[in-house]
Amino acid sequence: MKDLFAVVMLTGIYSLLTASLFLDLDAVDVAFTEASVGAGISTLLMLATLKLVGRFERHTRYKPALALGVVLVTGSLLVYGTLDMPHFGSADAPVHQHVAPRYLNDSMAEIGVPNVVTSVLASYRGYDTLGEILVVFTAGIGVISLLRVSRRTKKDSRKKVPVDMQQQIILRIVAKMMLPPILIFALYVQFHGDYGPGGGFQAGVIFAAGIILYTMLFGLSSGQRVFKPVVLELLSALGILLYAGVGVACLLLGGNFLEYNVLRHDPVHGQHLGILLVELGVGITVASVMITIFFKFTWRTVKHKYKNE
Amino acid sequence: MFALTVITLLIVMALALARAYLGPTLYDRILAVNNFGTKTVLLIGVMDFLAGRPDFLDIAITYALINFISVIGVLRFFEYAGRNATDREG
Amino acid sequence: MEILLDILSWIFLVTGSFFCLTGALGLFRFPDFFSRIHAASLTDTLGASLILIGLMFQAGWGIVLAKLIMILFFSIFAGMTASHAMAKAALKSGLQPLEFKGKNEQGQEGEQPSKP
Repeated sequence: MKDLFAVVMLTGIYSLLTASLFLDLDAVDVAFTEASVGAGISTLLMLATLKLVGRFERHTRYKPALALGVVLVTGSLLVYGTLDMPHFGSADAPVHQHVAPRYLNDSMAEIGVPNVVTSVLASYRGYDTLGEILVVFTAGIGVISLLRVSRRTKKDSRKKVPVDMQQQIILRIVAKMMLPPILIFALYVQFHGDYGPGGGFQAGVIFAAGIILYTMLFGLSSGQRVFKPVVLELLSALGILLYAGVGVACLLLGGNFLEYNVLRHDPVHGQHLGILLVELGVGITVASVMITIFFKFTWRTVKHKYKNE
Repeated sequence: MFALTVITLLIVMALALARAYLGPTLYDRILAVNNFGTKTVLLIGVMDFLAGRPDFLDIAITYALINFISVIGVLRFFEYAGRNATDREG
Repeated sequence: MEILLDILSWIFLVTGSFFCLTGALGLFRFPDFFSRIHAASLTDTLGASLILIGLMFQAGWGIVLAKLIMILFFSIFAGMTASHAMAKAALKSGLQPLEFKGKNEQGQEGEQPSKP
């Protein structure tokens, strides 16, 4: 299959099917994240890449038989390895024995947040989540440093909107109407993460999707006038600073790194405050990194257009 | 009652997938995928009532959004790419 | 009261499913892209609205009702604009509608540039 566009669409449908599978397994938070990130942002970013790279794959001169053979052998070895694992969902599997019952039993008493996924993600395994946010941030830094924008073309294109976008009046009006509810919904998902599915990652992705809709329809220059690239870079660093800052504040107040119990007079209130601030940091970083990556990809496409006019 | 709706929605999704596979031009495929996405939102809504957990509606809203933004994104992509959109793909 | 709500909900759900099914059948069998978009989008939006209204009768007064209303409005607006955007993009990139085969009043034959 040489048509990369069909590959991107199939990847989107695959993400959607995986999200439905997670829903069937009753893992609502994971399904939420998979649907929003996999079927939404990934497809949009890959389409933006295809605009730069070209739609069809170049003809390879060798047949990749060796690669296929390696993949088949490794895959079959992995499947053979899983035959030894305990039966799916059995009660005496090791994963259900040691850590999980402790989290499930003590989460309400120690943390007081109804959504156990959020309490595990932000409090019990807060250190891992800090690492995940650092990975997202590093990806953003990588894109910013690789796709550099020169100052001269930036000044030329300050007010231009491509002509074909000015004719899309209906789309622009509807997008303008839908943008506030989308952003408010993102904020709702962010702060409702304690009680239902949600949390920082999903909220950041939905926020970024709304801004990407606006930028696609109104032109890159309008989008960049609202979200200046300098501000976006600052915000992505600010999110991580907030997260790690909460950890350091816990250190200064006498507990361990990221031990939220010492933040307030009462351990449960301390946990609430800690989880709130930490999820806010996650949401800010994810949203600004996604918007930055999209702006950089679109800038490269648009730059060719402006140079040829 | 819900079971009838779920079965109908699954049949509709299968027909949309068939059109996505068959459709001669590109726009048929985009239309079929958009239809598939809308039916998925409805399916999530109805299954949420079947299972009795009201949490799934957030996912339905998110997926309705994502579907819309993806279709707009794909159409933008083809406006910029231009000429090879009306090629007959078999 | 419960029975009345159940009957209303049942009527709306069945009607909505019927519209969705006929729309998908039209999507599958119509000869041309523009007729397919006519079938799929109109019946899609109508069927989705009816199914969502049917579900609204089952939910009590509360946040579930508010979220269903939000999905309803969003689905209507998004469905309509998406079909408009698709038709406009298809027209602009040169796809022609299927024209009448045979002679019209001036005696000219129609053409069929876009067929399955």
